[in-house]
Amino acid sequence: MTAPLDHLLILPVILPAMAAAFLVLLLRHHLRRQRIVSIIVTVLLVGLAALLFAQASDGTVRAYRLGDWPAPFSIILVLDRLSATLLLLTSLLALCVVVYAAGGVDGRGRHFHPLFQFQLMGINGAFLTGDVFNLFVFFEVMLIASYGLMLHGGGAARLKAGFQYVAINLLASVVFLVGVGLIYAVTGTLNMADLAVKVPQVAAGDAALLKAGALLLFLVFATKAALVPLHWWLPATYAGTSAPAAALFMIMTKVGAYAIIRVYGLVFGAGAGPLELAAAPFVLPAALVTLAVGAIGLVGSRTLRDLSAFAVIASMGTLLVAIGLFDAAGFSAGLYYLVHSTFAGAALFLIAGLVQELRGAARDRLVPAPAMPGETLVGGLFFLAAIALVGLPPLSGFLGKVMILKAAQASVIWPWIWAVILAASLVMTFGFARAGSVLFWASGPASGTKPLPALPLVAVAALLALTLAWTLAAGPASDALGLTARQALDRSAYIGAVLGPDARLAAGD
Amino acid sequence: MELLVAGAIGILTLVGIYLILRAHTFPVILGLTFLSYAVNVFLFAMGRLVIDRPPVISPDAAGYTDPLPQALVLTAIVISFGMTALIVVLALRGYLETGSDHSALDAPRQPDERGEA
Repeated sequence: MTAPLDHLLILPVILPAMAAAFLVLLLRHHLRRQRIVSIIVTVLLVGLAALLFAQASDGTVRAYRLGDWPAPFSIILVLDRLSATLLLLTSLLALCVVVYAAGGVDGRGRHFHPLFQFQLMGINGAFLTGDVFNLFVFFEVMLIASYGLMLHGGGAARLKAGFQYVAINLLASVVFLVGVGLIYAVTGTLNMADLAVKVPQVAAGDAALLKAGALLLFLVFATKAALVPLHWWLPATYAGTSAPAAALFMIMTKVGAYAIIRVYGLVFGAGAGPLELAAAPFVLPAALVTLAVGAIGLVGSRTLRDLSAFAVIASMGTLLVAIGLFDAAGFSAGLYYLVHSTFAGAALFLIAGLVQELRGAARDRLVPAPAMPGETLVGGLFFLAAIALVGLPPLSGFLGKVMILKAAQASVIWPWIWAVILAASLVMTFGFARAGSVLFWASGPASGTKPLPALPLVAVAALLALTLAWTLAAGPASDALGLTARQALDRSAYIGAVLGPDARLAAGD
Repeated sequence: MELLVAGAIGILTLVGIYLILRAHTFPVILGLTFLSYAVNVFLFAMGRLVIDRPPVISPDAAGYTDPLPQALVLTAIVISFGMTALIVVLALRGYLETGSDHSALDAPRQPDERGEA
């Protein structure tokens, strides 16, 4: 802990926290300056995440002990390939979203940018922490900011959806604490590496109690990841909030998926003795139902925002099918799909926001209406986003699905996985085609010439360009993600980095 | 003592869950408060129930009680307190703007009722 570059590890948490405090204390009445500072900070975060990504690419797991207290007593942050990838993804998404918001949405209520930065702090912290209780704390930071962002702009419908969103998450927090309490009571530690050492050694009589704790935690992560039957908060929340908030929330469902990979890959993963793969029997079936529910909901949606929300549920289903395989091939395919679905899903939400602005009285309802200004351009962007999300060639959604289908061959229920994924793609194609043709083709003469908003269009185009880049980089990306997946499943490297080489020996790895 | 504490946690949870399942905002908030009380006592008990022992190391002490759950409870109290304040304000605003404290979303959503983006 001497080289100055090691301290970079904590900056993704500190930088947005300081920026948010600065914005709220000094610039609270200057929207223009808030925008400039917020965009600059987010650009810095992209640079920082890229540096950390480059650091992590050498394959070592880095631990950062706050105050240099020895693990497992210290608060600890851990950087490995998986966290670095997700940090980079978060910052790129955040940059596109903040540019979109600077186009005017941030002025419809107060404190958009401070809340935005606090949310980034919570998300980054959740990706970096090496401790289950701090995972809880960063979840809460992320959620508190998300409540503010979700309600930003106000309106009766948003308040109602917001109440449900807050109540569900408070309930999830209570369950999280019960799970954490049970795990602590049995093992006496909450440090993930220390847990990974102690969980296999737990006395036979306590195993059931520990399993109850582990599965309660799984319920919380599944709620965050919108796994059926814990998905019903998502459509109302995502469709009820503003476009940039919904686009940023795309990464919040991924935090749930990340927590499942981290906790059930590392702590309760292969080699955890009586608790080996505690969550595995539930993930795969639930994920398949999630995918089906998402696809069916998508066809039944009456507005573009509802449709986008169900597309998120379907994509989380696909992602969790891959994660539910709990092997390196599944994780690697899942991570490729995770990055893809974050960009493409966020683009779809931002397009829904644009459509709602431009279409006049019909807003984003799927009914015929006078043509909107810039119909060809917005329609073209929608077409690209839809192709990406459904998983038709040539974009990254197709490649992601192929990787997942290939990885699924290792599972005993692979015919089911193939059937559900392929049938859901077909149903989703139908849903998107119907929405697109109503919105962009079944329209009367143009209703007027509203100028197209520049910044939001740039943001959407940037997200789709990232999807395209992700498609082109599929070869190197999937090689890197293969290494990431293997590292995420490598308990001894993680334990060694956090607790030192001695613990690695004690763990018998 | 174990039975007493366990029973208290059980009753608090029971009341909390019952209230959360009501369809109005105020009982839901009360239910969440009960649940957070229950979880606070639960976390506290997870460090084992010990009486008259200090939580810090001292040469005179015969034994210790685990300080970590106490720190966890403190964090949990602060967070749940803040969240409860937030959800109370949210419920009040919702009541004032819509004139009803029903926590369910109306089944057929009116297009003009949807929030401004």
